[in-house]
Amino acid sequence: MVQSLVEPTTSGDISVPQELYVKAYRIMLLARVLDDKFASLYRAGKIHGGVFLSRGQEALSVAIGVALREGDVFAPLIRDLAGRLAFNEPILDGVRNYFGSTLGPMRGRDGNVHRGRPREGQLAMISHLGAMISVVNGTLFARRMKNIAGTVGVATCGDGATSTGSFHEALNQAAVERLPLVLVVADNQYAYSTPTSRQFACRSLVDRAVGYGISGCEVDGTDLAECLRVVGDAVVRARAGAGPQLVVAHLLRLCGHGEHDDASYIDPQQKSSPLGGDCLKLAEEFLRQQCWAGADTLAQWRNEALHKVEDAVATVQREPTPDPFTEVWSALATAHLGEGNA
Amino acid sequence: MSITYLEAIRSAQARALAEDPRVFIYGQDVGAFGGAFKATKGLAKEFPGRVLDAPISEDAMAGLAIGAAIEGLRPIIEMQFADFSTVAFNQIVNQAATLFWRTGVPCPITVRLPCGATSGSGPFHSQTMEAIYAHYPGLVVLTPATVEDAYSMLLEAVAIDDPVIFCEHKLLYYHLKAAALPTEALPVGKARIAREGRDLTVVAYSAMVHEALAAAEVLQGDGWEIEVVDLRSVKPLDTDTVMGSVARTGRLLCVGEAWPWGGVTAEVIARVTCEGYDLLDAPPQRLNAKDTPVPYHPDLWAAHRPTARSIVESARKVLQH
Ligand SMILES: Cc1ncc(C[n+]2csc(CCOP(=O)(O)OP(=O)(O)O)c2C)c(N)n1
Ligand SMILES: [Mg+2]
Repeated sequence: MVQSLVEPTTSGDISVPQELYVKAYRIMLLARVLDDKFASLYRAGKIHGGVFLSRGQEALSVAIGVALREGDVFAPLIRDLAGRLAFNEPILDGVRNYFGSTLGPMRGRDGNVHRGRPREGQLAMISHLGAMISVVNGTLFARRMKNIAGTVGVATCGDGATSTGSFHEALNQAAVERLPLVLVVADNQYAYSTPTSRQFACRSLVDRAVGYGISGCEVDGTDLAECLRVVGDAVVRARAGAGPQLVVAHLLRLCGHGEHDDASYIDPQQKSSPLGGDCLKLAEEFLRQQCWAGADTLAQWRNEALHKVEDAVATVQREPTPDPFTEVWSALATAHLGEGNA
Repeated sequence: MSITYLEAIRSAQARALAEDPRVFIYGQDVGAFGGAFKATKGLAKEFPGRVLDAPISEDAMAGLAIGAAIEGLRPIIEMQFADFSTVAFNQIVNQAATLFWRTGVPCPITVRLPCGATSGSGPFHSQTMEAIYAHYPGLVVLTPATVEDAYSMLLEAVAIDDPVIFCEHKLLYYHLKAAALPTEALPVGKARIAREGRDLTVVAYSAMVHEALAAAEVLQGDGWEIEVVDLRSVKPLDTDTVMGSVARTGRLLCVGEAWPWGGVTAEVIARVTCEGYDLLDAPPQRLNAKDTPVPYHPDLWAAHRPTARSIVESARKVLQH
C-alpha cells in the first residue's frame, strides 16, 4: 500500500551542513542579483518582451538544483533562476536569452525564461502550464528502457498549474510507471492575479498525493534549511526507487507576475505574515546566527555576485543578435522535407 | 497470400521494433490486447517491455514520447482514434513541433492517427486531422492511400528525425489488399501518379484516392482520360508533381475528406493558381466533406463525404467548362 507522507514543517532546522547551506545561499544571492539586474534592464527598455522574476522563491528552487547531480533532468519554470544556476546553467545563458544573443541556447528564437539544453538534462519550458511534467516522465522512462539507473527528474510548477489537465495526466502517469519524478509545487498564493481560493478547494495541494498513490510532503518555502532538507530527501527517495514525490512549498510571490505587473492585488496581510518572509534575508540572518558568515563576508559575496552579473551583461551586450537574412527559416531537423517559404 | 493495409501497419511496426532498439510503442490498449484495431497484435509478446499500455491521457502520452525522444529513443504513439489527438494537441503542436527549432534537439516521434469516416462511427470517431496538423511548422504529415505506402511510409516516419503525424485511414484497414509488402518505395515528400490521363488532374490523398480512381473509371466510359495524383504526404506537399500534371491536363479538381474551410484542397488550389495560373484552361475546383460534424447514420454519412459519384459530378463541371 502506498501512503502519503505528509510531514509537518519544523523551522530552524540546523541539521543542514554548513557547506551545503553556504553554497545554496550564494547561488540564491546570485539569482537575486541577476533578477534585480533584469528588472532594471527592463525598466530601461533594454529587454524585448517581458521579464519574470523568481523573488521569494530562491530557497525552494536552489534546493532542487543542489540536490541534483549531473545526468539528472530538471524542467524549471518561470521562477527557477536559482535552481537553474545550481544545476549548472551558465549565468550567460539567462542573460543571452533575455538579449536574444545568437550565442545563447535559443539564438533569439525564444526568449526570457524559455531556455534550456535538453540534451544536458536542462529542459526548455514551453509556456503552456503543466506541459513539462510528462516530458520529464518521458526522459525517465527512456532511461529505464536504456537500463540507466539512479537518475532523477524534477519538474516544478506553481499553484495555478496544478489545475491543468496536463498536471493530472502527467502525475498519474508517473505514478502508474513508478518513475523517479519529483514534482515541486510552489504554492505562492497567486496565479497571476488569481488567489488560491479561486484555484483549488482542497485543504493543501499536498493532499492530492494520496489520490495519485504517491508520497507527498510540505515545506516552508521561506526557510532555506527546510527546503534543502525536504527537497533533498524527496530527491533521495526518488533516486532510491520510492516512486514519484510531490513536494508542496508554501510561500508568497514577492514580485509581480512579471515586471509589467505591480501586484497591487496582493493582500497586505499576507505580505506581513510569515508566508511573506523573504527567503534570502532569512537565510542571511540564519548565516549570522550560526556564525557561518558575518557582515563583511556577506558584503563580499554580494560584491562577487554583482561583478559576475555585470560581467555577463557587459559581455552579452557586445554579442551579435540574430540576422533575418542568414536565419534558417525551417522548423524541421530533416532539411529536405521543409517547405521553404512556398 | 495477400496483406491488408492494417497488416502492413502492424508489419512495419514489427520491423521497426526488430531493427531499431530505440523504437517503442505506447498507447491505449496497444499491449497484450493488441490495440483497438489490432494494429499492434502480438507485438507486446514479441517485444517484451517495448509495447506498453498507456492511461487515457493523450496529453501525457505525447509528452512522454517527446521526453523519450530527447533521450534518443524513437517512440511510436497510437491514438486510439485521430479524434482524441485533440487532447494531445498542445504537446504535439507546441512541444514536439517547436523542439528542434527552439533547441536544436530533434524530436523523432511518430503519432499514429486512425482517422477518417466509416459508416456508423459518428462525430467523434471519424475525423480527419491532417489539415490542422499540417498548418503547424515543425511537423511532417503523411496520408498513405495504399498498402505499400502504409508500410514503407510508416517505416520512414519512424526514421525521420522530426515529429511525424501518420494519418492511417480506418476505411482502408481491412478491405484494401496487396499481394506482398513492398521492397522499394517513393520517398516521403513525393506524390505519385496513381492513374495517367490527359483531360483532368484529380488530386486526392488517403481514402479519397480510391474514390477518385473509381470516378476516373466511370468517366472513362464517357471517353474522358482522368489523371489521379495521390499526394501521399500532405506536408511536405509535392507541388512539382501536381503542377507537372496540371501542365499536361490544364484542368484541376482537388478532393479531400476533410472539412471545406481551408485545408489541403485549398492549399493545393492556392499553389496551382498562384504559381501555375497560365497552365489552367478552366477554374480549378475543390470537393470536400460538408461543413458539419460527421453524421452517424449511413445514409447521412455517405452524403457527407465525397464519393466516386460526387467526384464524377464535379469532374464533369471542370471538364465541360
Ligand atoms: C495553459 C496556460 N494557460 C495560461 C497561461 C498564462 N499564464 C502564464 S503564468 C500564469 C500564472 C501561473 O500561476 P502559477 O502556476 O501559480 O505560477 P506562478 O506564476 O505563481 O509562479 C498564467 C495564467 C499559460 N502560460 N499556460
Ligand atoms: Mg502561483
